[in-house]
Amino acid sequence: MLAKRIIPCLDVKDGMTVKGTNFVNLRQAGDPVELAIRYCKEGADELVFLDITASHEERKTFTDLVKRIAENINIPFTIGGGINELSDVDRLLSAGADKVSLNSIAIRNPKIIEEIAKNFGSQVCVCAIDANFEDGAWNCYTSGGRIKSDKELFSWAKEVENLGAGEILFTSMSHDGVKTGYANEALCQLSESLNIPIIASGGAGSMEHFRDVFTQGKADAALAASVFHFGEIDIKDLKDYLRKENINVR
Amino acid sequence: MSIVIIKYNAGNIFSVENALKRLGTEAIVTGDIKLIREADKVIFPGVGEASSTMKYLREHGLDKCIQGLKQPVLGICLGMQLMCSRSEEGDTDCLNVFDIDVKRFISKKHEDKIPHMGWNTITDLKSAIFDSSMENEYTYFVHSYYVPMCDHTAATTDYILPFSAGLHKENFYATQFHPEKSGTVGEGILRNFLDIK
Repeated sequence: MLAKRIIPCLDVKDGMTVKGTNFVNLRQAGDPVELAIRYCKEGADELVFLDITASHEERKTFTDLVKRIAENINIPFTIGGGINELSDVDRLLSAGADKVSLNSIAIRNPKIIEEIAKNFGSQVCVCAIDANFEDGAWNCYTSGGRIKSDKELFSWAKEVENLGAGEILFTSMSHDGVKTGYANEALCQLSESLNIPIIASGGAGSMEHFRDVFTQGKADAALAASVFHFGEIDIKDLKDYLRKENINVR
Repeated sequence: MSIVIIKYNAGNIFSVENALKRLGTEAIVTGDIKLIREADKVIFPGVGEASSTMKYLREHGLDKCIQGLKQPVLGICLGMQLMCSRSEEGDTDCLNVFDIDVKRFISKKHEDKIPHMGWNTITDLKSAIFDSSMENEYTYFVHSYYVPMCDHTAATTDYILPFSAGLHKENFYATQFHPEKSGTVGEGILRNFLDIK
C-alpha cells in the first residue's frame, strides 16, 4: 500500500539552514547536509530545500550544495526558490535534485510548467501554491506571500494539473506558522478535485495535526519545518503515532 | 570489477552513480558500446519518455548492444520498461528482453493518483538482487506506466492493481522503483546486484 509521506523542509541562505535547530551532535548545526542526513536516518520520506537568497552570485554556491546533498542522501529531494527559466531546472537536476518546486514564476509564466513537463517529465515538476483565505475566497500570492495575484486556488490548481505539473505543494498562508493544524477543508477539496498528489504545508504543531491532514485533509504528503528543526516532534515518534492511528507510513 | 552505467538521453543517471559511490564503488558513466560490452556489470537507469528514448537508443546502436549483453544487467524504472516488448507510452517497440507489454495506469477512483509516486511495499521477492529481509519493505516509485504481472515477475507491488515491481530473466534484472533513492533497502538491492557472481 502506498505510504503517506512526511517531508521536512529546510530554508537555506548562504549555504546554511536559516531556522535554528536545537539538535545536538551536529558538527555544524546549520549545515543543511548534516541536517538532511539526520532526517534521513530518522525516517523522513523526502526532503525539500528552499533557496531563500537566490541572488545571481549566490546561485553557484547553492548549486554546489545541491551536489553535496545528492552525494550524501539516499532519498528523493526537491529544490525550490530562484527558478526563473528552464536552464535553472536543468542546472538543478544535473546537480542531482529529483524535483524542482516552482512558485511565483508559474503564476507569471504558466507555460514554464508545460516546458518542464515536456523536457524533463511531469514527475520533476512540483507546483507550489501559496494562498490566503480572505473575503470568502482563497487568493493565490506570489513573491513569498507579498503580492496578491488574480488566481483563485482551486481553478489555478486545476490549470496547473492540466499544464502537466506532477504534484501540488499547497501552503495556507492563514495557517502557516500558527501551529493550529493544516487547512484540511481546502486540502480535501483539492485532493478530491485533482488527480495528482497533494503535499500539505503550513500549520503543523502537533502529531494530531499530521493525523488530521491525512484523514480529513486527504493529503498525500505533509510538509513541516520548525516542529522538526526545533525537535518538538521526532520523525520516528511521529511515524509510530501515525501507525497506531492506522495511517500507512513507511 | 568494472561497473558501467549506460549514458543516454535520460535523467537520473548521476543519482545511480552517487548511490554506488556511497557503497564504495566507482562506476563508469558512458554510452560507448565497446566499454559497455566489456564491463563486468551494467546498469541501465532512466527517467524519461519511452518513444523518444527508444529512438535515441536505436540511433546510437545501444538497442542491439543491450539485447546482446551476457553479464548481469540491472534496468531501473524507465530502463526496466524499455527492456520489455512494447510500451503504450508513445506506442513504441522496445528491447524485448522481457516478453511483456508496458501499460498505462488507469485510475478507478479519485484516490488513485497518477503518477504512482512515493513509497510502496515490495512482496513475493525472487532473484538474486533481493533477500528475504526485504519482503514487505518500502521502496520509492515514480511512474505512470507499469509492467503487468508475468512469468518474469520477481517482485510485486499493489497500486490500483498488482504489477511487476521487479523482473528477472537469465542475466537481466530490473526494478520499477528507484533503489538509488530507496534508503537502506535500496542500498541493499544495489549491493546484492554488485555481489552477483
